[in-house]
Amino acid sequence: MHALLASDVPYWAQSLLRVLGGLVAVLLPAGTVVYLFLFKMMSFMQSRLGPMEAGPYGSLQLFAEVGKWLQKEDIHPARADKFLFKIAPLVVLASTFLLVVVVPFGPDAWFTNFEAGIFYALAVSSVSVLGILIAGWASANKYSLLGGLRAAGQLVAYELPMVLAVIGVVIQAGTMNLQEIVVAQNAGSMFGWDGLGNPYLLTQFVGFAVFMIAVQAELTQTPFDMPIAESELVSGYMTEYSGFRFLIFFIAEFATAGVFSMIAAVLFLGGWGVPFSWFGWTSLGDIDNWMNIVGPLILFTKMIVLTFLIMWVRFSYPRFREDQLQGFAWKVLIPVSLVNIMVTAILKVAF
Amino acid sequence: MSQFLRSYLTVIWFGLASILIAGLLLGISAVLRPNKPSEEKLLTYESGVDPVGEGWSQSQIRYYVYALLFVIFDVEAVFIFPWATQLERYAGFGLIEMGVFVAILVLGLVYAWRKRVLRWA
Repeated sequence: MHALLASDVPYWAQSLLRVLGGLVAVLLPAGTVVYLFLFKMMSFMQSRLGPMEAGPYGSLQLFAEVGKWLQKEDIHPARADKFLFKIAPLVVLASTFLLVVVVPFGPDAWFTNFEAGIFYALAVSSVSVLGILIAGWASANKYSLLGGLRAAGQLVAYELPMVLAVIGVVIQAGTMNLQEIVVAQNAGSMFGWDGLGNPYLLTQFVGFAVFMIAVQAELTQTPFDMPIAESELVSGYMTEYSGFRFLIFFIAEFATAGVFSMIAAVLFLGGWGVPFSWFGWTSLGDIDNWMNIVGPLILFTKMIVLTFLIMWVRFSYPRFREDQLQGFAWKVLIPVSLVNIMVTAILKVAF
Repeated sequence: MSQFLRSYLTVIWFGLASILIAGLLLGISAVLRPNKPSEEKLLTYESGVDPVGEGWSQSQIRYYVYALLFVIFDVEAVFIFPWATQLERYAGFGLIEMGVFVAILVLGLVYAWRKRVLRWA
């Protein structure tokens, strides 16, 4: 959003445009994921049609849903801690917005360009668990409390594999800046052949697998949905929520799925870029301005592919137990990602 | 203001924007929604039965050993990041250094494993 705007645009207008762009970047993936996967794909996998009435093929269902939720009563249980109960959904939503800040959408289309971008993303992503913990505690409900504690336990299990999986990418790219990671992949070459660039999906496949498993746990999607666990905990930390506050949790969950898929696409699939050799580019400076328009679309496409993977797993597998997740994370994922780091480092130094 | 600090200012704007949007929607909802609290409705949900005891009931946190391990490993992961960005410059020396570091890390994990603390206690 930088070169697209003339530099004489005042700071407040720049910030406003950034925030509006961020709003689109959060809500558009959330809407697409919910409609395309949660409504339609899940229905087809279960041999039913899903919403068909609102708009062609139910495409306006989302607007109908929001209109419906706006009119629902907001119930605060008498025993609950009112203030914390009210702010918990806001904390979860805020973490999504803070996460989207670092995603680069094009050569000049970014909100912020932190040197330690991926580090920031990893730090901010765990804020949502804080919101979930607040929600679980403030509800003063046994199910909610258990759900919140499970979410905290889950953080302990998946956070470390995720961080360690990213280190492999950082070693290969030699930078923590997400923009430079994108450039490194698209300007790279495999054994001298640069027709595809060098997407880290191929060289860091282990890291990608570990990262996606950790994302699944972070998003509390089904193999790891112990904090929600409808069949045991009613609805986990969301049990006492109703009306629009519940919807905020719901939007935040799927918006975060979209944003995490974008980050995974940036790290492993080459982000907004196309292989630079196609157009004879060599560095960030050469890229034509039209990539600022096409780049976001490319990133969006890659995001859809990755969210499809997440949702496919979600609809296909039964739930783990909490101790199985801990065992899996500490006995499989962490050793594997440590080995991955060392192998990547050795290969990087050897070549 | 420097470009660096401006980036962080953007982060603050995004945080505020999220709260503003949520507040706005909750405000619209407050105008549209009914509000008819009753004693029954405000009762804590417990599968349709009257709630027993307090909501903040005691429960055993079974993963505290994992949590302790997590803190140690997470701090160590922070040390690996700066090394990872500069590996090209450190080359073989850095590789051996980090090999020793990760080996000690793994030793700690193996120790915990052998001591059977990686279990649902």
